[in-house]
Amino acid sequence: MSTNPAAASAAHEIEHDVHTHPGWKTYVVIGAILTVITAVEVAVFYIPAMRPVLTPILLALSAAKFIIVVMFYMHLKFDSRLFSSVFVTPLILAIAVVISLVILFKVTPLYYPQ
Amino acid sequence: MNHAAALPAEEHFETSTGLNTFKLGFWVFLGSETLFFGSLIATYMVYKGASVTPPYPSQILNIPLTSISTFVLLMSSLAMVLALAGVQRGNRAQTLTWLLATAALGSLFLGFQAFEFTEFYHKGLTLQTNLFGSTFFILTGFHGAHVTVGVIWLLMLWVQALRGRLGAERALTVEIAGLYWHFVDIVWIAIFTLIYLLE
Amino acid sequence: MATAEARVRAEFEPHGGTGIWSWITTVDHKRIAILYYVTSVVFLVLGGIEALIIRLQLAQPNGTVISAETYNQLFTMHGVTMVFLMGMPISVAFFNYLIPLQIGARDVAFPRLNALSYWIFLFGGIFLYSSFLVGQAPNGGWFGYAPLTSKQFTPGLNADFYSLGLQALGVASIMGGVNFITTIINMRAPGMRLMRMPLFTWMSFVTSFLLITALPVLAVALFFLTFDRQWGTNFYQVAAGGDPILWQHLFWMFGHPEVYILILPAFGILSDIIPTFSRKPLFGYAVMVYSGCLIGLISWGVWAHHMFATGLGPIADSFFTISTMIIAIPTGVKIFNWLATMFGGQLRFTTPMLFSIATVGLFTVGGISGVMHAASPADLQQTDTYFVIAHFHYVLVAGTVSAVMAGTYYWFPKVTGRFMSERLGKWNFWLFFIGMNLTFFPMHFIGLLGMPRRTFTYSPDLHVTNLNLSATIGAFILAIAFLLLIVNVLISRRNGAPASHNPWGAATLEWATSSPPPEYNFGRIPVIHNREPLWLPGKEEVVEAAQARPGAIHMPPPSFWPFFTAIGIVGTFALFLTGHWWAPLIGVAWTAIGIVNWAYEPTH
Repeated sequence: MSTNPAAASAAHEIEHDVHTHPGWKTYVVIGAILTVITAVEVAVFYIPAMRPVLTPILLALSAAKFIIVVMFYMHLKFDSRLFSSVFVTPLILAIAVVISLVILFKVTPLYYPQ
Repeated sequence: MNHAAALPAEEHFETSTGLNTFKLGFWVFLGSETLFFGSLIATYMVYKGASVTPPYPSQILNIPLTSISTFVLLMSSLAMVLALAGVQRGNRAQTLTWLLATAALGSLFLGFQAFEFTEFYHKGLTLQTNLFGSTFFILTGFHGAHVTVGVIWLLMLWVQALRGRLGAERALTVEIAGLYWHFVDIVWIAIFTLIYLLE
Repeated sequence: MATAEARVRAEFEPHGGTGIWSWITTVDHKRIAILYYVTSVVFLVLGGIEALIIRLQLAQPNGTVISAETYNQLFTMHGVTMVFLMGMPISVAFFNYLIPLQIGARDVAFPRLNALSYWIFLFGGIFLYSSFLVGQAPNGGWFGYAPLTSKQFTPGLNADFYSLGLQALGVASIMGGVNFITTIINMRAPGMRLMRMPLFTWMSFVTSFLLITALPVLAVALFFLTFDRQWGTNFYQVAAGGDPILWQHLFWMFGHPEVYILILPAFGILSDIIPTFSRKPLFGYAVMVYSGCLIGLISWGVWAHHMFATGLGPIADSFFTISTMIIAIPTGVKIFNWLATMFGGQLRFTTPMLFSIATVGLFTVGGISGVMHAASPADLQQTDTYFVIAHFHYVLVAGTVSAVMAGTYYWFPKVTGRFMSERLGKWNFWLFFIGMNLTFFPMHFIGLLGMPRRTFTYSPDLHVTNLNLSATIGAFILAIAFLLLIVNVLISRRNGAPASHNPWGAATLEWATSSPPPEYNFGRIPVIHNREPLWLPGKEEVVEAAQARPGAIHMPPPSFWPFFTAIGIVGTFALFLTGHWWAPLIGVAWTAIGIVNWAYEPTH
C-alpha cells in the first residue's frame, strides 16, 4: 500500500478540490439568480395570461433552480463524476416513480374500455 | 502535526478512487432520500383533487407567505456555502457568522411552517380532515423534520467552531453538513412548485 | 503524536477477546457476518416450523390442527420471516464476509454503521416475534394489503407489529446498502478495477443499489399505514376518497426490486462457485455483469405484474406484461453462461457444486412459471392460487436458499479453516433436492386445479388431497435437510478436515489470505492485475502479500454505541404501539444519546 499511487493523487485531489470550489463571489451571484427565479415563479403564478402555460414554465423554472443548487452549492459541477452518478441514478428513479404513479392513477384509467 | 506525506498511504487516504469515503457514503444516502421524498410527493400528486370534504388546497394555501419562507430557505443555502468557504479558508469569524446565519434562517423557515400549520388548523384542516390534509401535513412535516435535524446539526458545528475546533482541516465535516442542508433545500424547491404553485 | 516511523515499525495489535462483550461491541465485518448468519438460520428454523404447522394443517382436507386465525398469523409470519429475517440478512451475511475479502479491503467503509445494521435487524426481528407473546402476530399476509390492515378490519395490534417491525428492518437495510456501495466503490485494492471484481461482489453492488432505492418506498408506504392506524389519516381510507391500490403500488415498487434483492446475491454465489469446480473462468464475465445491472434496472419497471387482477387497464397491463417478459432475457443469459462455463470444464461434483447445478436447473423451473404469470390474461387465472406459491418457492427456495447452501459449503473452509463433511453434505443435498421438489412441484397442479392460497382448509371435492399430502411429506423431508445442514456446521466447526488457504483451488482474492483470515484480512494489500488473481501468473505475489506479517495496521476499535443506538431506533418504532404520541420520543432521545456518543467516540 505504501506505493499506492491512488493515495498520492487523493491527497492532490483534496487540495485541488478546495481550490476549484467556487468562491464567495460566485456563491452570491448564484444566490441572486435563485432569488430572481423564485420571484419570476411567483410572478408567473399571479399573471392570468400565463395560465395556459403555467405548468411547463413552473416545472422548467424549478428544475433550473434544482440544477443550479446541485451543481454549484453542492459542487457536483466541480467534484468527481462518481458523486453525481450515485446521486443522479436514484434521482432519476425517484422522478420515474412520481411520473409513473401519476400516469397510472390519472392518465391510463381514461383509456379503460367502457 | 502533519506527517501525512511521510506516512504509509493507508494511514490517511485508503480509498481506491481518491474520494473521501464519508462524502461518498453521504451522497449515496442522499440518493436514497430522493426516493423517500419522491414517494411522498407522488402520493400527494396522485391524491390531488381526490379529497371529498373541504378545505381544498386553493382555499387555504398561502402563496405570498410561502414565497417568503421559500426565499428564506434559499438564502440559508447561500449562507451555508459562505460558511463552508469560511471554514475552507480557516476564517473563524466568517465560519461562525454564516453557520449561525444558516441555522437562524433554517429556524425562521420552521417558524413560518409552524405558523402555516397553526393557521391551517384554525381553518379546519387537520391530518384527519381529508386526503389533502393527510398528504400535505405528512409531506411537509417530514420535510420540516429534516430541516429540524439540519438546524441541530448546524448548531453543533457552530459550538465546535466557537471552541476553535472547526479549522480548515475539518472543512469536509462542514461540507457534508452543507450537502444535507442543500438537499433539504432542493426538496423544498420541488415541494414549493409541485404543491403550492401547481394547484 | 507518535512519529511516522514509530507507527510504521509498530506491530498490529488485535482487538482480542471472545466473550459475549466482544461480540456485542465487535465492528469486525467477519464477526458481524457470523452474527448475521447465525441469526438468519435461527429465523430460518422459526419460519420453517411455521411452514411445517401450515403443511400439517393442509395434509388432509378439512384439517383441524389449527384455527383459521392462527393459520393467518402463521402464513403471514412465515412470509415475513423468510423474506425479511432470513432471505435478506443471510445474503447480507455473505456480503459482510466476502465483499472486503474479495476486493482486498481490511473492513467495510463504515464498520460501526455495519454493526448498527445488524443490531437493528436482530432487535427488529425480536420485536416482530414478540407479537406471538400477545397472540397478535401480523395476519394480513406478508404484503399486508390495504384496507385489510386498517383499524376497521384489524382492530388488534397485528398490523402495527407488521408496519413498525418492517420499518425498523428497512432502516437497517438502507444503512447496509449505503455501506456496501461505498465499500465497493472506495475500498478496492490497487488494481482491483470494477471489471476485475468477482461476480459475487458485482451482484452485491447491484443489490445494494436496489436496497437504497427500494426500501425508502416501503418506508413511505409503511409510514402511511402507521399514521392511518395511529392518528386516523386517510391514505388508504376509501370513505375519504383514498385508494387502497396506492398501497399495492408502493408496496410492489419496493416488492419487485426486493425479489431481485433476494436472488441477485444467489446469482453472484453461483457465478463464483461454478468456475471453481469447472476449472474454467466464468464464461462471458462482462455479459454477466451487464445482465446483472440490467436485471437491477428493469426490476424497477415490472412491479404492477403483481397487480393485474386489480384492473389496471389495457395500457398498463400491456406495459407490465412486456417489461416482465423482457427481464427474463438477462436472466436467461445468466443461465446460459453458467451452462457454458460448465461446458467442457473439469467438473468436480462436490456438495457446493451439486447445490449450484441444482439451483441453475430448479431456478429455471421457477423462471419459466414466472414468464407464465407475466402474460396478464394467464395471470388472471393463476393469481392467488397455489400456482403462484409454487412459482416463488421455486425461485426463492431452489434459487436463493439453495445457492446459500452452496455458498455455506463453499466458504465454510475460509471462515473456519475446516471443511464441512462431504458425506453429510451429499445426504443434505439429496434430501433437499427431493424434499424441495416433492413439496413445491405438486403445488403447480394444486393451484391450477383451483385451490386458492391463504385458505386454512379445503374440501375433498377439490381433488387435491393426495397432492397436498405429498407436499406435506416433502416439507418434512426438506426440514430434515435443513437440520442436516445445521448438524454439519456444528460438527465440522470443530472436527472437520483442516483446509488450506485455498482448498478448492479457486481464483478469487478471498482465497489468498489464510483460513480463517486474520482480523486485518491481508498482511499487505495485494496488487491485482487480472480477474483470476489466484489462477494467472503473479498469484504467488498475491498470496505472499496477503499472508505477510502485518505491519502497522490501524483497525477500528470495538464500539458499544451501535448496540446502544439500535435499541433506541427499534425502541422508537416499538413505542408507537403504546398509542401515545410522546412515547416514541423516548426512543428518539435514546437514539440521540447514542449518536452523540458515537460521533465523539475516538476511532484511533
